[in-house]
This record gives sequence, structure tokens and C-alpha cells, in this order.
Amino acid sequence: MSLFKSSHNIETKIDGFFDTVAEGGLVYRAGVRAYLAGDTADFEHAIVSIDKLESQADKLSKEVEAHLYSHSLIPEHRGDVLGLLENSDNMIDTAKTCLYQFSVEQPSVPEEFHDGFRKLADSGFSAVEAVIVSARAFFKDVNSVKDNLYKVHHFEKEADGISDRLKRSVFASDLELAHKIHLRYFALNVERVSDRAEEVADRLAIYAIKRTI
Amino acid sequence: MEILFFLSSGLFLGWSLGANDAANVFGTAVGTRMVSFRAAAIVCSIFIILGATISGAGAAHTLGRLGAVNALAGSFTVALAAALATFWMTRLKIPVSTSQAIVGAIIGWNFYSSSVTDAASLTKIMTTWVACPLISALIAVSLFILVRWVINLSKPHLLRLDAGTRWGLLAVGAFGSYSLGANNIANVMGVFMPDNPFSDLSVFGLFSLTGTQQLFFLGAVAISVGVFTYSERVMGTVGGGLVRISPVPALVIVLAQSITLFLFASQGLEHFLASRGLPTIPLVPVSSSQAVVGAILGISLFKGAPIRYNVLGGISLGWLATPIVAGVLAYFLLFFVENVFDQQVSRVVEYRIDGPVRTELIRRGVDAEGLGELGDELFTNSVKFKHDLEKSAGLDDQHVSLVMDMSRLGLWDVEEAVIANDVDTHWLTTGQLDALRSLSGRQFVHAWRFHQALAEASPEWRMKPKATVNKQANKELKKKLEYIERLFKVASPSANPEKEQS
Repeated sequence: MSLFKSSHNIETKIDGFFDTVAEGGLVYRAGVRAYLAGDTADFEHAIVSIDKLESQADKLSKEVEAHLYSHSLIPEHRGDVLGLLENSDNMIDTAKTCLYQFSVEQPSVPEEFHDGFRKLADSGFSAVEAVIVSARAFFKDVNSVKDNLYKVHHFEKEADGISDRLKRSVFASDLELAHKIHLRYFALNVERVSDRAEEVADRLAIYAIKRTI
Repeated sequence: MEILFFLSSGLFLGWSLGANDAANVFGTAVGTRMVSFRAAAIVCSIFIILGATISGAGAAHTLGRLGAVNALAGSFTVALAAALATFWMTRLKIPVSTSQAIVGAIIGWNFYSSSVTDAASLTKIMTTWVACPLISALIAVSLFILVRWVINLSKPHLLRLDAGTRWGLLAVGAFGSYSLGANNIANVMGVFMPDNPFSDLSVFGLFSLTGTQQLFFLGAVAISVGVFTYSERVMGTVGGGLVRISPVPALVIVLAQSITLFLFASQGLEHFLASRGLPTIPLVPVSSSQAVVGAILGISLFKGAPIRYNVLGGISLGWLATPIVAGVLAYFLLFFVENVFDQQVSRVVEYRIDGPVRTELIRRGVDAEGLGELGDELFTNSVKFKHDLEKSAGLDDQHVSLVMDMSRLGLWDVEEAVIANDVDTHWLTTGQLDALRSLSGRQFVHAWRFHQALAEASPEWRMKPKATVNKQANKELKKKLEYIERLFKVASPSANPEKEQS
């Protein structure tokens, strides 16, 4: 029976990992919004939170990896599961990097571009949220994995569009070129989270086919 | 000491069996990396030993297939030929049926000793090659559809499914290993039972092991050593060499194999159904090696998975080659053993259609006219005798085998000492024992006269009317008669027919 107990233990850890990544997505969105709103306290709180969440996700994914290998569990899908955890971890890493860059470089974002940045962060968060639903389905109900994957692609595309429009409007403005380039750099950083979510979605689509019995 | 030397080929046969047949029960589990080879070998060995010692000894009154060989040196050589053929196939990583290797080697012995080969055993081998994989494939596909439906419906977590599959593979593997030990130990060790060097042994006063159980334990240990030392090769073929297998299909494959053996080879099930007035499933010759390959192919074709046809071709050739190689090897080895080591590899079986035999045959509906030409002639070559019966007497197959059986000569002496000391009183019923005692001091030159006398003495020695529901009881009775025959036989052929007192 220890086999079932051990699998229950690892199931809890995998669930905990995805909870952490999903929460990381929320904090990332809240952090971008707080920065734009000039709410320093909330922004600092987001920085501290995402730091903790990123460490926690790292710890959980390492524990799952060690457990799967030491107990020789799911030999056929072990590589896929570890790939999935690693790529999901990249999402929270990217979100953390993004918030840290705001904290370090303190970009000056004119009011007229706030909405674009907010929407970009919203799309990034939605993509992360959708891909986490699919990732959970990979473990429990593989046939429904694809049901959410199209949402990820939709949000990523949406983020691309928002980012493109934002950059165009930045470069069409009267700002200094250095300022424009700085803002473009931040648009790319905020957008990167949805790109990571799409990478996870692409892998999941293949893993799901492999896992179909 | 001589018996220990002869025993060595039985142990080698056991080793080959373990090295080849363990793949049928644990090949897919090891191939999919769900169970490590070490764990599989440990579980497999434990259950083979348990099966051989507990259930195998239950059928210890039969000599197994090699019982057809009537001289110990012959049994040694036939077992050696079968073991070498199986070993060769194992080297080539081909899963084969050890029973077919034994049957092939016995046919080699039949040719060498001019004994008649039962045409049914050849047909049986060929049917197994085709029917068994086909049935197993159909069962595997049906089971796979069912399992997939249940999984899609219950949606278990990947890790829970993994744990369940792992448990399933271990449980089915353990069950399969138990059956492997129980069903094959008689083939490996049965023939050495009459010369068993072991006597009953009490283990720390906790339980006692009979001589047969110790002999079977030794055979089972040989099988286990085969599993540990050499079974990984064939496991590679079954568990991924032929087709790449996933864990759930791996479990379905071993389950399908077990179900095939249970449904189409279980006389217990047939009796259970018949005794309740239910339609029975026809018994088909099946082999676990052929069943497992059939199940793998069935699922692969159903899923459209790529099959390595070169491996499949090798397996098919291996199936074909196993009995042939075993037969040819047996023939040459027998020649060698007889002429170089001066060992008797077969005993002459004599036949004579004398007065009482003729009367009984006519009573049983055999055409007396044809038999007349054969007169009182003594036949020492069963092939020639069979040929004459077919040609001169113009008898059909059924009657030929009846005449041969009834005219076989021997000397059976119902000694009181043997009844008191050697007869298994737990196995025979009180009525059967009483009947045997009532024949004490009598001698017979025909086995059928001995059977007849027993049947006259007690209804418990009488065959029941031919019906599926009675099949098992009649089979058991036949086993007891063969056992009694073996126990009281004091001389083969050259016995003086005048000695018979009936």
C-alpha cells in the first residue's frame, strides 16, 4: 500500500506546485498594476511574494523530480512531467524577473500607456491561468487537456496584439528615443510571461497525445 | 548416485524453462520499466517455488510429459534435448513453449525407439501456433477496450494509475509465476519421482516436506535460478523488442494471457460450467508464450502501433524450430548415450493379440476378421504393429489405439507389501483401497485386465459415462489407474502370459 501512499504524497506536491505558479501569475498582475498606480507598498509586497512563490515552486519541483526518480514512478511519462514542471517554473521565473526589472529600473510610464501595460499583464495572467488548468488536466483527465489549450493561444495572441499596439503608440509619441526604447523593453518583458505560457501549452499538446491510452 | 546425475538434465530443463518462460509473466512489466528486473525476478522466483511445492506436488502422481519415455537414461536425454533447444531459443531472445520442446524431443525418442507417435500431439502443436495467439489477441483487444473505457470514465490521477498498474503487474505476475511453477514442475521433475533420492523431512518440527515436495522444490529452485541468471534476454523481446509497449497495455497483455489460459485450458472451469448445466467453452491447446505474443500483436494492430516484423519473423521461425530442433537433437543424443555410454534409453514394449484380448476386443466392437491374420504373433516394434493393424486388419485410428492398448504385455503383481507401504492412502478412496486389497496376491499380464479386476471389485474404479460433466472425474481416475499400474509393475514385456491369474 505504500505505493499508493507515496503516489498520494506526490500528487499533493504537484498540485501545490501548480497552485504556487497560478498564485505567481496573480501576484505578477497585481505587481504590474501596483507599479503603474504608483502604489509602492503593494508593489514591494508583490516583489516579496513572488520571490517566496518562486522559491517555493523551485523547491516543490525539485522534490517531485527527486521522488519520481528515486521511486521509479511513471517511467513512461517521467520525462514529460519533469519537462512540464520545468517549463511551468519558467513562467513564474519570468514573472519574477519582470517585477524585479520594474523595481530596479523604475521605468517612467506615462499615463497614456498605463492601460496598454495593464492589459498586457492581464493577458499574461490569463494565459498562465489557462495553461495551469490544462496542466492539471494532464494528470487527471488527459482528454480535456486540449479544451483549455486554445485559450492559452488566444491570450498569447492577444498579448502580441496589445504589445504591438503599445510599442507603436510609444514610438509615435513625443518621448525621447531612450525613453521610447526603455518602454519598448518593458513591453517585451511584460509580454514574455504569455510567451512562456504558450511554450508550456505547446509541450502539453504533445505530452497529452503521448499519454492518451 | 546415478539418479543425481540423471537429475541434472531435469535441473537444466528447469533452468531453461525459467530463463525463457519468466518473460511471459514479467516481460511486459520489466520492459515498460514498471517493475525492475530484480524485483520481478524475486517475486517470480518466490511464487514459482510456492506453486511448484504446494500445487505442483498435488499433481505429483503423474510423471509429466516425459513419462512417455520408459527408461531413465532416455528421460535424461530427452530432457537434455528439450533443455538445449529451449536454451538455444533463449540465446536468440525468442519466447518459445518449453512444453513443445519436450513434445518435440519425445517425438525424437519415439523415432529412435520405434515407438508410435500420437498424431494428435503434432496437430496440437500446430493448432497452438495459430489458435492460441488468435484467441489471445481477441481477448487482449476486448480487454483493452474495456480498460480504456473504465480509465476514461473514472479519470484516475496519472500517479494513481501508475501505482495501480504497477500493483496489477506485480499481482498478475505473481499469479502467473505460481501457475508456471505448478503447471510445469511435473514436466521438469515428474519423471524422476519413481527414483526420488529424497525421503520425508520435518522442518524444525513446524511442518514436514515429502520427498516429492523436496524434489519439486529442487526443480523450482532450478527454474528460479534460470529466471535470475538468464531471463532478461527474452523479457527484452516480450517487453519492447517486438513492439514498444506502454504500462496499461502491458497489464492488459498479461491479463489477456492469463484469461486465455484460464478459459481455454482450464478443465476446472469446464467441469464447473458442465456441472451446472451451462454451456462449456471448448478446450483448445494453449501456451503462455504463444498467448503473450498474440496479445501483444492484437493490441498493437488495434492501436496501429508499429510492429518490428523482423522480430516477429524470428519468433515465428523459433516456434517452428523448437520442436524440430528438440526432436533431432534428442534422436542424435539418444544414439550417443546408448552407444557411447552404454545406457538403456528405451525399453521394448511387446504386444500380442492372444485369446482373452481377442475376445475382449470383439466385445468392444473391433472387427475380428482382420485381427485373425495377426494371430498370436509377438510384436516388439510398435510402429510395425501399428502399421500391420492399419494395413492387414484395416482398422481405423480409434480401434488401432484400442488394440494396441489392450494387447500391450507386462507383469503386474499386486503385492501386499506394496499396498501396505507404497500406496498413497490419502489419494485413493477407501473403496478403491479395499478393492486393491481384495486383489492382493494376484498377477496380471495385461493392464486392462488389472483395471477390469479393480472395476469389478469396486464401482469407484469404474469410468463414468462419457460426458463433459464426467470428464474431470474420469481424468482423475485415469491418473490413479496409471499410478497403480506403475506401482505394481514388476516386469516389462517378456513376462510369461501363463502367469496371469484372473
